Amino acid sequence: MPKMVIETCSVEWLQILDEDGICDEELRPPLSNEEIKKLFESMVLARTFDEKAFKLQREGRLGTYASIYGQEAAQVGSAFALRPADWMFPAFREPGASFVRGLPIHMILQYWAGDERGSQIPEGLNDFPITIPVATQIPIAVGVALAAKVKGDPIAVMAYMGDGATSKGDFHEGLNFAGVFSAPVVFVCQNNQWAISVPLKRQTAAKTLAQKAFAYGFPGIRVDGNDVFAVYRAASEALNRAKAGKGPTLIECLTYRLGDHTTADDASRYRSREEVEQWKTKDPIRRLKKYMEKRNLWSEAYDQAVRSNAKEKVERAVRVEESLPPPDPRDIFGFTFEELTAELKEQMENFLKVDGKERSESKDVLYG
Amino acid sequence: MAKLTMVEAINLALRQEMEKDPRVLLLGEDVGRNGGVFRVTQGLLDTFGETRVMDTPLSESAIVGVAIGMAVYGLRPVAEIQFEGFVYAAMEQLADHAGRIRTRSRGRYHCPLVVRLPYGGGIRAPEHHSDSNEAYFVHTPGIKVVVPSTPYESKGLFVAALRDPDPVIFMEPKKIYRSLREEVPEEEYLIPLGESRIVLEGTDITLITWGAMLQPTLQAAMLMEKSGTSAEVLDLRTLSPLDTESMIESVKKTHRAVVVHEAPATCGVGAEIVARINEKALVHLEAPVERVTGFDTVMPLPKLEKYYLPSAERVVDAVNRVISF
Repeated sequence: MPKMVIETCSVEWLQILDEDGICDEELRPPLSNEEIKKLFESMVLARTFDEKAFKLQREGRLGTYASIYGQEAAQVGSAFALRPADWMFPAFREPGASFVRGLPIHMILQYWAGDERGSQIPEGLNDFPITIPVATQIPIAVGVALAAKVKGDPIAVMAYMGDGATSKGDFHEGLNFAGVFSAPVVFVCQNNQWAISVPLKRQTAAKTLAQKAFAYGFPGIRVDGNDVFAVYRAASEALNRAKAGKGPTLIECLTYRLGDHTTADDASRYRSREEVEQWKTKDPIRRLKKYMEKRNLWSEAYDQAVRSNAKEKVERAVRVEESLPPPDPRDIFGFTFEELTAELKEQMENFLKVDGKERSESKDVLYG
Repeated sequence: MAKLTMVEAINLALRQEMEKDPRVLLLGEDVGRNGGVFRVTQGLLDTFGETRVMDTPLSESAIVGVAIGMAVYGLRPVAEIQFEGFVYAAMEQLADHAGRIRTRSRGRYHCPLVVRLPYGGGIRAPEHHSDSNEAYFVHTPGIKVVVPSTPYESKGLFVAALRDPDPVIFMEPKKIYRSLREEVPEEEYLIPLGESRIVLEGTDITLITWGAMLQPTLQAAMLMEKSGTSAEVLDLRTLSPLDTESMIESVKKTHRAVVVHEAPATCGVGAEIVARINEKALVHLEAPVERVTGFDTVMPLPKLEKYYLPSAERVVDAVNRVISF
């Protein structure tokens, strides 16, 4: 018997708005002028927040923070396609998406400042808290999607991850599971090409990350992750597919982490300045600005207003976060189970007797 | 009243809870058409259909992760991990999410999930099918751990675990699955989590145990009775949270104790029990508390497993040392 091809895989690349702001009008999603402005304003807000968070960390006012500089379109464009009833699972580099969803800005600051209350997602907002263990949010997102399907709720779930996550078991297990049960879920991979110091070529020998979906039996697409129209279009189509009962989609947003991995990292140790400079020319905000300018949706005055508005929102969030009373030490115990166990109660009471209220800073010593 | 095995008792509990509560669903490897490799889920697919009895891919981390998502969304999933030796792939989901989500979301989300986990040796199973790894879960905050010892116990504890608002690892002793039959009521009854039971009242020494080790412990108590030593046998039922109060009360009465468990000694739950007795009842003790446990070794394959598992003779030996201290 001759060998024959029984399956082939092809991966589409989607770009609608190029680096110079030139737009493929046929592919451009049907967004109103107001919606286009909203995309621009959301990306400016995300970047303004990012710059402020970085400064706060350097001033010692924030703990470790993971920058989103350069990845604004991937986050804003995808989250913009969600409806309020849908669910969203961030990894840890998605504040741009969280703000589009309506998470109060100060809560992201609270989280990175080390206040667990930053993960207390407000009632009515169907978002999961930031997830740090890489890829572990993926099976949980699939579980929410399947639970919605079981209950007949007409919603979909969007789960974010980075390129490093695609090397983890939970990526494989989660996507495979989603494919088998046709879960209404959209996987958004922000391929920023670096997992701390490890480049994409050390994560996979595959040409794209999108093609991994093919092995799980559902479509994967690579989009220009710095093109907010392409990301929005791919996300909208994938969400529609999910809600129509057609199962999951993997969207690989090809983007670039212009900043360090986190504020505790120094990316100049492992990548060239030229590479970073080259990616700066693909800036997602500038290219939308160029497009809007041509459509008379952008002016210097408008730009000033958008930036000062974003700055004001972020500054207000900083004030809110920094004026919050510190968390109650009893909160360490209070949410372990619905009810405190006898053992936890005893531990808490003993702790409160000794140093639960005020505690002096400890100093490490070597000898007496 | 019907006399059931533990397999039949858990099956009955699952069936009744699924009839009562449409949020309950099962997922795991071979739980559907095959009824589970131990037949615990037998017949449930036919009654409740594929949506509520899900045969999943061979994918422990996703089984638990997906179940966490379902629980967060408001369902009451029961996930089966086929054997305890395969649960490690799901440990990240259990420790990083199931046990933490209530705390980290400050109560916005919680995770009413049961993970059924057949565990333990003594059934001549292959490698990686006979461990007793409860201590990992007991050590993990935010997770409850329940280990039934008989058919009657398994039904009442399972229903309580399923209705608990927090994640529960329900460890089923394979050795006891079919070795005992006991009257199990059709009617609903719950055995509250966190409450141990006195299986045998006694005055000279407290024997503390759980799961499959209740059997050799009871046999030891009977042997001791012949030689005039009266043992009180405590079946813990729940390992997290531990019923410290009942243990202390018993030790204050008998002044001596031995802990019997199948898992390795070092950092086993027995070590925690000894620590609590020391903290709360040291002055009542007439002798150091001893542990009779598996060894700090890999669980041997079937040809040697009987030497690894604590026997009535090993329990009696430890009791004799404690009594004559």
